Amino acid sequence: MNRRKEKLIKWLFTVTAFASLAFLVGIVLVLFKEALPIFKTVSPKAFLLGQSWYPTAEPPEFGILPLIAASLWVTAGALVICVPLGVGSALYLHELAGDKQRAVLKPVIEILASVPSIIYGFFGMVVMAPFLQEALDLPIGLTAFTTSVILGVMATPTVASIAEDALSYVPRSFREASFAVGADRWQTLTKVIIPAAGSGISTAVILGMSRAIGETMTVLMVAGGSAIIPESMFDPVRPMTAAIAAEMGEAPVGSDHYHALFAIALILFLITFVFNVAAELISRRYRLKLGLSR
Amino acid sequence: MMTSAYVSMTAATVPAAVPPKTAQARARARRGLVQKLGFGALGLCMAANIVFLGAILFFIAAKGLGAINWEFLTQVPRDSMTAGGVAPAILGTFYLTLGAILFSLPLGVACAVYLTEYSPKGWIVNVLRISINNLAGVPSVVFGLFGLTVFVKYMGFGVSIIAGSLTLGILALPVIISASQEALTAVPQSIREASLALGATQWETIRRVVLPAALPGILTGVILSVGRVAGETAPILFTAAAFYVKGYPDSPFSEVMALPYHIYALMTEGTHPEEQTRIAYASSLLLLGLVLSVSMLAIYIRQRQRKTYHA
Repeated sequence: MNRRKEKLIKWLFTVTAFASLAFLVGIVLVLFKEALPIFKTVSPKAFLLGQSWYPTAEPPEFGILPLIAASLWVTAGALVICVPLGVGSALYLHELAGDKQRAVLKPVIEILASVPSIIYGFFGMVVMAPFLQEALDLPIGLTAFTTSVILGVMATPTVASIAEDALSYVPRSFREASFAVGADRWQTLTKVIIPAAGSGISTAVILGMSRAIGETMTVLMVAGGSAIIPESMFDPVRPMTAAIAAEMGEAPVGSDHYHALFAIALILFLITFVFNVAAELISRRYRLKLGLSR
Repeated sequence: MMTSAYVSMTAATVPAAVPPKTAQARARARRGLVQKLGFGALGLCMAANIVFLGAILFFIAAKGLGAINWEFLTQVPRDSMTAGGVAPAILGTFYLTLGAILFSLPLGVACAVYLTEYSPKGWIVNVLRISINNLAGVPSVVFGLFGLTVFVKYMGFGVSIIAGSLTLGILALPVIISASQEALTAVPQSIREASLALGATQWETIRRVVLPAALPGILTGVILSVGRVAGETAPILFTAAAFYVKGYPDSPFSEVMALPYHIYALMTEGTHPEEQTRIAYASSLLLLGLVLSVSMLAIYIRQRQRKTYHA
């Protein structure tokens, strides 16, 4: 009796544990099912490489290259900001901050990471955009550049905390060996610790990138919204997430436009999926390299 | 300790009193300068985080604080969103968050218990970990589309509190799982063994011994996900939120106003941009205050918890 109960409970836990897998599979199925009908109207090639996105024109055009270009553009810009700042902060925390400083600085980074994206969007819209517009003398403030700045700020704490984690896995003996052969702290940091933590740091960069490319509300509010392939970083753009969020409400259910938006979401999902799996694989190898299991 | 040994060693080899600098000494001076500049640059990177946080708090508080008063917190919006308060949006965010936690807490804790207590086979652990990590990385707008398809349309809940809660719950799941997992692994193995040695079954051990010991850590995960869920906008765009609903929500199947969506709508819809921006500032300050105090609470509990384990 008792044994049967134990078995039943274990079975229950097993089933429940697979919920996240089920949701992930569910998301993939939903995206494919709702996205595929668009390819009866447009060929996958025309969809991916088409240069005009006029989903409500007559006849409509479903080329998402401008949206993909916009996403890549703002993400690249964000990386320029969040990689040096994030990795730099992680190195500072790991190398220079004493216990007292860490007790303050680590929460600062965590709190910065917990600021909701709508707040970043609002801040970008009412503070950052007018400021950059005036400072750089631009015709408009809501541009790819402004978006990159805000996304870079948003992704910085993500990169910082994952990179800090990676640094903490580097064994003490590495540092001691380096000091023993006469290296100073900066040499030890740049020639021993950073290379040793290299793949862990690249995991941090990939996850920061994944966060930036999937970010929705901020780009929806700050990117400016025009679906053209950007020629300069001071053009307004419409990244993939912004297109989905802005247009889903007005696309009639079951229409080509509706399916096209799901197809964009599918592509976005695949991009972030590749990023996440890559980060996972790199971090596993990294831990093995340093002689850590798990 | 290692550094000081190094310094005294080199000081012994090169006496400080020799006036013409040797090539070695010049190289060391240069290295010292490089180190100073490098560390300075790292300090600036760290300072940037503080500046960002300070700027966000300052600019939003500067204009938001004046607009927050009792009426703002307790009244419904009036005069097409230009006056009155945001009480229905506060309540809506409360309901959505509560629903999301009620859904994801049992699932998340069960998953963590399975992974740590029932120690399944290696490939199962890997599959589950990869799916949890990937679920954590899915863009929030994609959760919105999933919720729209499954909860709003397929299950027929319509645009409603329940559809929004379930969508947000899936998004919170990875946060709860990893916090619970961390809490469960921190429980010393000896406690489990003691319980099993007394003749308790595995389930009794989990329920009476392991879970109570891990409770504060699990609580931290819950609080963290409250902060995350309360501020999310994209998942509720098509599943729960409305710009304006008359009065207060009265059933799980009604559309709601929610604070984050309210900010977005005030900035992008409506016809009185000036008054709306003023209310958006106040709503942003309110949401920011809410989310930040929740995450500070989580950080505080976790730090206290870590101390008890290390003591």
